[in-house]
Amino acid sequence: MKVNVYVTLKPGVLDPQGKAIHHALEGLGFGGVADVRAGRFIELDVADGTSDADLDAMCAKLLANTVIENYRIERP
Amino acid sequence: MKTAVIVFPGSNCDRDMAVALEQVTGRAPAMVWHRETELPDGTDFIALPGGFSYGDYLRSGAMAARSPILRSVADAAARGVPVLGVCNGFQVLTEALLLPGALMRNAGLNFVCRTVPLKVENSQSLFTASYSAGEEINIPVAHHDGNYFADAATLDRIEGEGRVAFRYADAVNGSARDIAGVLNDAGNVLGMMPHPERAIDRAHGGTDGLRLFEAALGVLA
Repeated sequence: MKVNVYVTLKPGVLDPQGKAIHHALEGLGFGGVADVRAGRFIELDVADGTSDADLDAMCAKLLANTVIENYRIERP
Repeated sequence: MKTAVIVFPGSNCDRDMAVALEQVTGRAPAMVWHRETELPDGTDFIALPGGFSYGDYLRSGAMAARSPILRSVADAAARGVPVLGVCNGFQVLTEALLLPGALMRNAGLNFVCRTVPLKVENSQSLFTASYSAGEEINIPVAHHDGNYFADAATLDRIEGEGRVAFRYADAVNGSARDIAGVLNDAGNVLGMMPHPERAIDRAHGGTDGLRLFEAALGVLA
């Protein structure tokens, strides 16, 4: 079973990489971009029946640093 | 004094750290590979060196913080054994939740590699007793992810408890409140981005880092 995990910086945490991407987009002439936040996408291939609790623990213990990041789990 | 340096794949300041520890204690440290599960018996000082453990995969320090030896390091820290994490070692300590906060990409996005002035904030800790509070010292930094972040309540708490050991005298990497080094609540774990082991010999351009090791290893004159 494929599970998608999206790790994003918490609101309010400065994202220097997102800012640099934003500036680069502007440099390429793309106007109208208000903000850019960069995150991480992780695709897991786990055993069918892996519990929500286990997936949540994987995120909380390793995939995200909950001091600075939020995560969202998307399962089929 | 039995010291240990934890070595991860990608550590690159482990030998510098070993030189510093041996210079001060007269005895070479045990170099402990990350897959070990136990520290040598009687280890009474642990150093987590700088470098790029696991290639900074996922996040700086994230993989190292989950390696087998870290359980023993956490147990030793809980027993009061001094633990010093420098640069990547600091990142590992925050990822292992032995220190509060997190270290993010430098605000300017550049790798910063130069000697910077630090202000000693707390001269009461076992690591900083050789300095005076407010003293300015010069220690090299060399990092890409040194931008210290913690929420405002955590910053207020660690400042109130005197757990900010060092602050950058001038902004270096965007760190919250210019924090360069942080202590745990018991005061026996210190994480810092600057490299004291790179300032222990006049040939390094300064010896301000030596005093940290002398204080922490109990050899102050």
